[in-house]
Amino acid sequence: MRESIAEVRGQRLRVMEAGEGPTLLFFHGSSGLSWTPVLEFLSRDWRVVAPEHPGFGRSQIPDWMMGVGDLAFFYLDMLEALELRDLNVVGHSLGGWIAAEIAIRNTARLNAMALLAPAGVASDVPFGDIFLWSPEVNAQHQFYDPALAEQRVKAQAALDLDVVLQNRAAVARLAWSPRLHNPQLPYWLHRIDIPTLLVWGENDEVIPPACHEAFLREIPRAELFTLPKTGHALQIEHADHAAKRVTAFFRDARR
Amino acid sequence: MKVFFFHLMPYGALDLSYAERHDSAWVTLPNSYFDPKIGQELYRRYIGELELADQLGFDGICVNEHHQTAYGLMPAPNLIAAVLARTTQRARIAILGRALPLVSNPVAIAEEFAMLDHLSGGRIITGFVRGIGSEYFASAVNPTHSHGRFYEAHELILRAWTEVGPFRFQGRHYQFEYVNLWPRPLQQPHPPVWLPSQGSSETVEWAAAAERKYTYLQTFSPIKAAKKAFDLYRHVAERQGYTSDPSQLGWAVPIYVAETDEIARRELQPHIEAFFNKFLRLPLDMRLPPGYSSIASTKSLIEAKFALRANAMTIDSLLELGMVVAGSPATVRDRLLALQQELGIGHLIAMLQVATLPAELTEKNLRLFASEVMPFLRNDMAGDSPPVTAAGA
Repeated sequence: MRESIAEVRGQRLRVMEAGEGPTLLFFHGSSGLSWTPVLEFLSRDWRVVAPEHPGFGRSQIPDWMMGVGDLAFFYLDMLEALELRDLNVVGHSLGGWIAAEIAIRNTARLNAMALLAPAGVASDVPFGDIFLWSPEVNAQHQFYDPALAEQRVKAQAALDLDVVLQNRAAVARLAWSPRLHNPQLPYWLHRIDIPTLLVWGENDEVIPPACHEAFLREIPRAELFTLPKTGHALQIEHADHAAKRVTAFFRDARR
Repeated sequence: MKVFFFHLMPYGALDLSYAERHDSAWVTLPNSYFDPKIGQELYRRYIGELELADQLGFDGICVNEHHQTAYGLMPAPNLIAAVLARTTQRARIAILGRALPLVSNPVAIAEEFAMLDHLSGGRIITGFVRGIGSEYFASAVNPTHSHGRFYEAHELILRAWTEVGPFRFQGRHYQFEYVNLWPRPLQQPHPPVWLPSQGSSETVEWAAAAERKYTYLQTFSPIKAAKKAFDLYRHVAERQGYTSDPSQLGWAVPIYVAETDEIARRELQPHIEAFFNKFLRLPLDMRLPPGYSSIASTKSLIEAKFALRANAMTIDSLLELGMVVAGSPATVRDRLLALQQELGIGHLIAMLQVATLPAELTEKNLRLFASEVMPFLRNDMAGDSPPVTAAGA
């Protein structure tokens, strides 16, 4: 895995990258950019490019960043600046929401998309309150397997507190209110004209599985893949399964 | 020194065993714990206590704003201030304060304060705050906009009070084509503005700036922290080319006076411990939503709170830290005079009712404080600024 800095419209972005082959763009979720198991698996078949969203990590929240819509336009600028085409896009959680907001605006540079437990659309089941939960409780709600939650709690203690706080502030800027969703998004999902795979952990306590309904109903070429005994952090808990399904989907997908 | 009585109007009938089932008295504590019949009686009683303070000669009476909590039943403090404007005669009425970032229309705050200024005959003091962290869970306002909305709302309100309208306001968070206040405030150029805070250096520096000189109010915190904030204020004033007056500094602290030290300690103990351990019970993540404070001050708050609240507070630890003043009239008087000297303050904000403290003890506290302590604080000029007279004047 290599790290580099990309510059887009004056914004410096940290980018993680690994693998050979067609480009797969990955948008991370609320816990920030890290080389999770799903990226490791995906990089066996694809050139995985994972940017760190503006405002996360060691960057400052840019003045223009008032919501996920702004981030979507920013990333459309990035696709142009980096001359990326025929992209397969994967987004987890907040990153899935970003991918959906990009795709309702413009899919010209995209081939297909996989949304892993995406935020962005609300259901009748409330979201988990990731802002009110303590770090320990948060970890417990991320996994179906308590042993993995335990590992996460331990790993969290070693994280750089500055980065943790910066990531939380950036997520709040984007997703505090309306909480973790854009009430307008369902009205525009019909514009997504590329094959779209939804992957959800059956036991997701952060973004409830019921949230898949609007995505599945409104996106013309969407299909759902459900992982049993899996929580929200499916990119860790069942990374192998998820990566295999995503890779197979992208192989067959033609826009 | 001027002496104010500050009432939080808590839900004093709170079943304290809530703590076995719920982790906070704020936001998530089910309102089934609130009994409307008791609530009505508490409002009647608390307003009476504020009115009594006016009759007893306090320089001011204070209310404040909190949301969705047993800690205080004043989500709309201006309603209480409006009642007091009509039922009290002399005391200043301080609203400490309105949480500016929580509203989508700050002009409404300018309007309400201007109305209150007229209703009270120019007796109001306005307080501007950001609201504590939990307020952002209760209001859905984005905590990462807290500072931005506060400064912008402040600017808009001050302009609405002082500029001839109509004018246009184009902000990042607030936009108005027409700002044109009817009524304009009675006090000119505008009612006094106080800044209550728990001592963030950013707030202290902003309050002390030469173009504002707002009275800074340190709310319950250890003496050491209060001293640090007041010193910073004086230092900023000097740096900005003026010497601050003690009247620009106020300290809010729970105070309890009884016949003897022993009686005071015994009577206050359950109530003050309930106050700090039950009514002020907020998990860290509710207290500090993301982006509410800068990363540097969030980190120092995390460390300070961990140090301070690792164990339940006891009356002894509270007395030792100077977070509470209690005892016989002589003890309280001596302690407050010493603290006035040490802190250099011109306003004492006495919290004479806290948490579950019942009506009889509250009234006794008010009367003893007013007759046995307050006159000595007023007469002693140690903390007040020396009279400045121009030569030959």
